[in-house]
Amino acid sequence: MTDKNTSPLVKPAKSGLLSVLFDNKVIVLFIILCTACTLIADTSVSYIAAEVFTRFGRNTCLVLALIVPCLAGLGMNFGIVVGAIAAQIAIFWIVHWGFTGIEGFLLCVLMCTPLAIFFGWLLGKLYNNTKGAEMVAGLVLAFFADGVYRLFVLYIIGGVIPYDDPNLLPRGFGLRNAFDLTGNIKYALDDVSFLVTLRLLFIVTILGELINLIYQKKTKGKFDQRASLVKIIGAAVLLAVSFLIGNLPIVQSVVGGTRLRLTDALCIGAVVAVIYLVAKLLIDRRAGREVNVKKTVLLCALCVAVYAATYINAIYQITQAVQLPALTYAIIVLFCMFNNWILGTKLGQEMRTVGQSRAVAVSAGVNVDKTRIIATCISTVLAAWGQLIFLQNLGTFNTVQQQSNVGLYAVAAILVGGANVQKATNKQAVIGVILFHTLFVVAPLAATEIVGDSAISEYIRMFISYGVITVSLAMHAWKSVKSRHSSGKPGKSDPEVAVIEAEAN
Amino acid sequence: MDKEYVLKMENISKEFAGNRVLKDVHLSVKPGEVHALMGENGAGKSTLMNVLFGMPVIFNTGGFEGSVEFCGEPVVIDGPQKAMELGIGMVHQEFMLIPGFNITENIKLGREITVPTVASQIFGDELKSLDWKQMAKESREALDTVGLGIEEYTLVAGLPVGYLQFIEIAREIDKTNIKLLIFDEPTAVLTESEADRLLEAMREIAKKGIAIIFITHRIDEIIAVSDSITILRDGSFVARLETKETTAAKVAEMMIGRTVEKLVELEDVGRHIDSGDVVLKLRDYNVEMPGEKVRNLDLDVYRGEIFGIGGLAGQGKIGVPNGIMGLYPASGTIEFEGEPLNVNKLGDALKKGIAFVSEDRRGVGLLLDGSIEENVVFTAMEVEDRFLTNLGFMKLYNAREAKEHAQKMIETLDIRCTGADQAAGRLSGGNQQKVCLARALTMNPRLLIVSEPTRGIDIGAKKLVLELLVKLNREQGLTIIMVSSELNELRSLCDRIAMVSDGTITAILKPDDSDAKFGLAMSGVKEVDVQ
Repeated sequence: MTDKNTSPLVKPAKSGLLSVLFDNKVIVLFIILCTACTLIADTSVSYIAAEVFTRFGRNTCLVLALIVPCLAGLGMNFGIVVGAIAAQIAIFWIVHWGFTGIEGFLLCVLMCTPLAIFFGWLLGKLYNNTKGAEMVAGLVLAFFADGVYRLFVLYIIGGVIPYDDPNLLPRGFGLRNAFDLTGNIKYALDDVSFLVTLRLLFIVTILGELINLIYQKKTKGKFDQRASLVKIIGAAVLLAVSFLIGNLPIVQSVVGGTRLRLTDALCIGAVVAVIYLVAKLLIDRRAGREVNVKKTVLLCALCVAVYAATYINAIYQITQAVQLPALTYAIIVLFCMFNNWILGTKLGQEMRTVGQSRAVAVSAGVNVDKTRIIATCISTVLAAWGQLIFLQNLGTFNTVQQQSNVGLYAVAAILVGGANVQKATNKQAVIGVILFHTLFVVAPLAATEIVGDSAISEYIRMFISYGVITVSLAMHAWKSVKSRHSSGKPGKSDPEVAVIEAEAN
Repeated sequence: MDKEYVLKMENISKEFAGNRVLKDVHLSVKPGEVHALMGENGAGKSTLMNVLFGMPVIFNTGGFEGSVEFCGEPVVIDGPQKAMELGIGMVHQEFMLIPGFNITENIKLGREITVPTVASQIFGDELKSLDWKQMAKESREALDTVGLGIEEYTLVAGLPVGYLQFIEIAREIDKTNIKLLIFDEPTAVLTESEADRLLEAMREIAKKGIAIIFITHRIDEIIAVSDSITILRDGSFVARLETKETTAAKVAEMMIGRTVEKLVELEDVGRHIDSGDVVLKLRDYNVEMPGEKVRNLDLDVYRGEIFGIGGLAGQGKIGVPNGIMGLYPASGTIEFEGEPLNVNKLGDALKKGIAFVSEDRRGVGLLLDGSIEENVVFTAMEVEDRFLTNLGFMKLYNAREAKEHAQKMIETLDIRCTGADQAAGRLSGGNQQKVCLARALTMNPRLLIVSEPTRGIDIGAKKLVLELLVKLNREQGLTIIMVSSELNELRSLCDRIAMVSDGTITAILKPDDSDAKFGLAMSGVKEVDVQ
């Protein structure tokens, strides 16, 4: 029975560009759409790029909140609206109490988290009672929560709960329609400079590794002490360097401001990447591991090419126009890391098991209902934080209906990135946000160009969001049907088909 | 204390609501032996295994009588968890594997090896991270034990069915302290070569000292692989045999062996069946019915006979009529009275004069909320436009005609009801079956196919239904194909009986052929060779 490896047990993967395009056809379709709209819309690329990068920082965290429940078999969690509501409720009080800046923001985070956990728990309970129809339940619950929230905002605040603030409650009860965050928490995160972000990163690394080191020593776990010490020392050295050179005018002008220009970011990125690649190559070679010199050289060349490209005038103009909020982007990376980490734990393994098959999960001794509730809570908390990040960037929000379309836009974005109701990854979320928001920016412009009337842009956006969801679900169904035909047997083992067909029915 | 046996179950009896399904059954298995547990459908194999695993279905219905000893110690197994702790594992018939996971993840499902971290210290064990290296290593060992040379990181989705079975086995073996492993019809879904490999693997596992209970109905496999055999029949213990000292024919006889009591008195009115007058001809006939696949089946049914189709559940006998009626995709040559039948067109068989009484009476057979009248006339109305008043531009339901017809049917078939307007779902099983027959007869068919006509109805009603079939055949010369799992029934009234195994016919037997012949044909032994 040793010949099994050679037997054709798995069909050879289709090769060629066509199949790659077909596998990623949702993405391809939206790239084509974005390009077409950009060509029609008579606007400078710099403007579009700046808009997209801003929107990326604003929206990505909300989209990343969808990944955990998706893998736990809950489909697209339209219920993240309740997380957004938790965030907005927290903001009302923080503004009322007069906290501002980064401390106001952190207080918001502290306050909205328990609220979001509670809402998430309720939502998870609901999902457990509507197994198989979570997406519909989430969608309807979002409408219901929206209604309750409006009642809360328009009457209960001030009417039932004391909230004495004539500025915000012109009638004595019910908040005013628009909430201006300027001077409170607007740009609380975005304005933290790259330099400070780096220092924070180093400090967090040092503290984290120290705690881990002490803990592992105490429990005598299997642990690479040297690597940990190297990390601590490295971070400490870099931290010291950052304080030493931090006051130099050149450093201040590049990384000390509230935003990081894309030109500088690319330059820094290219240098760091080259250093990392070379160092890794040398360390691997010393340790006697297999090294791929060719790949390293190619990657280094790519970095240099990217850097060189910024000297082309057209690209230089674009990169100068784009200004990145450093800490917000760092937090997006942290969200991605969190998703990866949680899915790598035993809990994450259980979530994925539940997502693949509840029956098998039960037989393996997994508490299905509890796991689903935890997944929903995680999603809701991430969504609450995501909404805070969204609002601090926006700076002003419509008290009554800001949360309404949060779920819709987030789901549309992740679907554009190639996710489906069974599987979603960080990569798909990131690609999805970029594509979806590019389309969001350029489609109304293109439509205005064609129709000659700028009033239709809101309708265009609604149309895009719902259209995106429909088209990408249909395309996933098409893909599943096609793969079912090519495998020549009824797609009994294909849960995706089952789900999509169930939806179609 | 008797340490000779790893498992010893004695005098096991079990009642379900007054129905005794197990009567003083014994089962004993030695360490390192492959022990076969044999019996027809409903012989009590699954109930015995449910007792062994302490399934809730046993305890919620009043428990069982008898004693269980494991490794020489008397034990009370009150739940599957306890059975697992003792070291009893089960390889399920339907796979409990996750296609989206790789082999290691599947083998270690629910028993992941974890490493504590800071987060797990604060938030609980759920946040421990996984030790992939160790998990892969142990999975590799388990896979090697069952002899599966496949990479442990391969995704399960897309693997052939045979591999899944082995992965399932590897998962059981990977559990520490496994002493007894139960295989529930493991070869049912495998191809011949895969089945051979599985049997080989079973012998390897047994060599390591793990006892195996092998539940199957394939006699040739048992003769090939087992050391000893326990045979059950109708919930009773028949015998425990050493495989070396017995033959396939003897085992088959013991499995079937019951005196055939004629359920129906047949009066021979001197009818003559002409084997040249073929009503239904099937050549190279295939049906894609999930769980009841038919493969390359050839069959001739003669005019005027009652033709039986028997065999075990899941072997394809149910697929035969469902394919003819167009309910599941079918292919091959299908001729009815010399004319080809278009099985891809639903209703073609009905139009041409074949009526069908489905085995799924409550599912597809009846409109449960509809009245008897509606049920009786429904098919004729849909297919032949009868019981309708044609107004030219639209057709109206002719209630008077329908009612008269339903009334007539109620009288001829003796359907016990409050009237033609009673809902079919409220009738007893036997009367529901009669309604189904009435509907089939309303079509004035030239061929009647009845599938499992006596399923779920009591013994008295059973007799009435069978008598009715005989009456239809003798008085009207109606050709009948009867599909049934109850061999006894088929043997009481059929002229010829085809035994189906693995989707095709193994033998066409006469009702008075020996038990051994039926037993072997049922188990798929094609060459009937009885000493």
